[in-house]
Amino acid sequence: MSFGYFNYWVFIILLMIGLYTVMSRTNLVKKMIGLSLFQISVFLFYISMGKITGGTAPIVVETVAGAAPPIYSNPLPHVLILTAIVVGIATTALGLSLVVRIKEAFGTIDEEDILEMEDNA
Amino acid sequence: MPNMFALSSQYPVLVIVLPLLSAPLCALLRGPIFPWALTTAMSALAFFFSVELLAAAAAGGPLSYEIGGWAAPWGIEYVVDPLSGFMLVIISGISTGVLLFARESIAKEVPGHQLGLFFSAYLLALTGMLGICITGDAFNVFVFLEIMSLSSYILIAMGARNDRRALTAAFQYLIIGTVGATFYLIGVGLIYMMTGTLNMADIASRFADIEGTRPILAAVGFIVIGLSIKLALFPFHVWLPNAYTYAPSIVTAFFAGTATKVSIYLLIRFIFTIFGPDYSFGGVDLADILLPLAVLGFLSMSMVAIFQTNLKRLLAYSSVAQLGYIVLGIALASEAGLTAALLHIFNHAIVKTGLFLSVGCMFFAAGSVYLKDLHGIGKRMPITTFGFVLGGLGLIGVPLTPGFISKWYLVVAALEKGSVLGYSLVAALMISSLLAVIYIWRVVEVAYFRDPPEGAAKGEASLSLLVPTWIFILGSFYFGIDTTLNVGFAKAAAAFLMGGA
Repeated sequence: MSFGYFNYWVFIILLMIGLYTVMSRTNLVKKMIGLSLFQISVFLFYISMGKITGGTAPIVVETVAGAAPPIYSNPLPHVLILTAIVVGIATTALGLSLVVRIKEAFGTIDEEDILEMEDNA
Repeated sequence: MPNMFALSSQYPVLVIVLPLLSAPLCALLRGPIFPWALTTAMSALAFFFSVELLAAAAAGGPLSYEIGGWAAPWGIEYVVDPLSGFMLVIISGISTGVLLFARESIAKEVPGHQLGLFFSAYLLALTGMLGICITGDAFNVFVFLEIMSLSSYILIAMGARNDRRALTAAFQYLIIGTVGATFYLIGVGLIYMMTGTLNMADIASRFADIEGTRPILAAVGFIVIGLSIKLALFPFHVWLPNAYTYAPSIVTAFFAGTATKVSIYLLIRFIFTIFGPDYSFGGVDLADILLPLAVLGFLSMSMVAIFQTNLKRLLAYSSVAQLGYIVLGIALASEAGLTAALLHIFNHAIVKTGLFLSVGCMFFAAGSVYLKDLHGIGKRMPITTFGFVLGGLGLIGVPLTPGFISKWYLVVAALEKGSVLGYSLVAALMISSLLAVIYIWRVVEVAYFRDPPEGAAKGEASLSLLVPTWIFILGSFYFGIDTTLNVGFAKAAAAFLMGGA
């Protein structure tokens, strides 16, 4: 694998760090951090695939007669990922507010303590 | 009638926009009646539009609607074909029936000042589900999937007033659901990289040229696993029993019939329309993965259901088992198997909603859904309990119930496979049905053969709860006896998928 796939390697590594954090941590806030990282890595993936080497911003420009039309990056993945960023923020906000409610109801945000309380209930 | 024609041509977008725009309106409404009334009216309207759309699609072929007048594949396209129309009718129908039940039930389970917010989350969940089914754009699906998921986390957490475990159930679902949706997003990204398009029909038309490549193989993996998590296929089902157990009664009834079914619809859409059956079952052979998981799923989950002490949890495990039947139908990779799967989506939706609503009646009157608190419930609430038993027969698959019809089609489809595989699948189906007899019998035993505790309140839930419950129970028998409608539409959708791919 060449260095040219650098962005994609970073994407996969971030994805795995996020997923591992979600699975291995018992602290619910840390789980949310892992989940955010997991989602954000996908943004990098989408942004990378829209980029064309040597491409400019996708803005209509006047070209000199006879010259090659400018190469521009694909804007669509960037637009898509704006939507995904909004979804990510909503998920994080909702997840953290659930953590607040869990703290109020159980008095802890540690998953193992909560599971113990639930088993005894 | 030019005016009428103009309105009916807007039905595909109205079915989404009306519930979506009523959601913020609903959040502003106060009092116990108005939010509920608005939600019910919008759901009923969506049901009306869905029926009209399905009828139009069945009569004149698939309908296409261009959002904002941008032609596909550049713009987002809404497509109503026999499959998506069928799903729209199921979702909006179940939702409307459940909402009829909701007024008194939810007033008891959610604080009065939160009712407006509760129903706006409900409307958003409904919007998301309908949107997933109607849209013809793979990224738009992700947006609707997240609209549905985020509002369903909220709805499940609303059960916290009765049991604080609703909060942890919602949190667990949020984590697992987000992982599933993100996998789906990665899969769509990989497909976009290879095809340069997000329109499902457009992807399907370009798929043959690129189907051998490695990114597509990865995309198929991500999408199938992501959707399997969302549809709670064994062993990705861990979020479902908790979520269904602790959510408010009407939320459980609504989701049991619709939420997981929507993800199954997506799986069917990707396997049959976009990847095409030749690639899904020839190129990568998804059947080798889905079929064992489905069989393991319905056998183990029916077994686990037997040992539950909470009636809602028992039914939730039974739901995972029933999802196994549906996935088995898909994995058989034949038109007969697909018909059985689609039929079971419909039949299970109506039976399980009826069952969860009768459990909702019990919770309303008795205040608990633990079997130990429901001793003699058959004497305390004879009408509700009788409804539950009839619904339970549907779950087992006794003749004259819809469960029998879909299992019959599933057995026929399995036998088509012939040889050892076909017979062992039929044997597994029989064993799972016998396990269903046991777990329903446990409830019957508690309900009729134990004496009610001293001083237990007698009396039925009020009519506004009983009538919708019995609509579902009697409706399920109607579709078990006169099968022209449900079998007809399931067959048409299956033929469309196998022929149109």
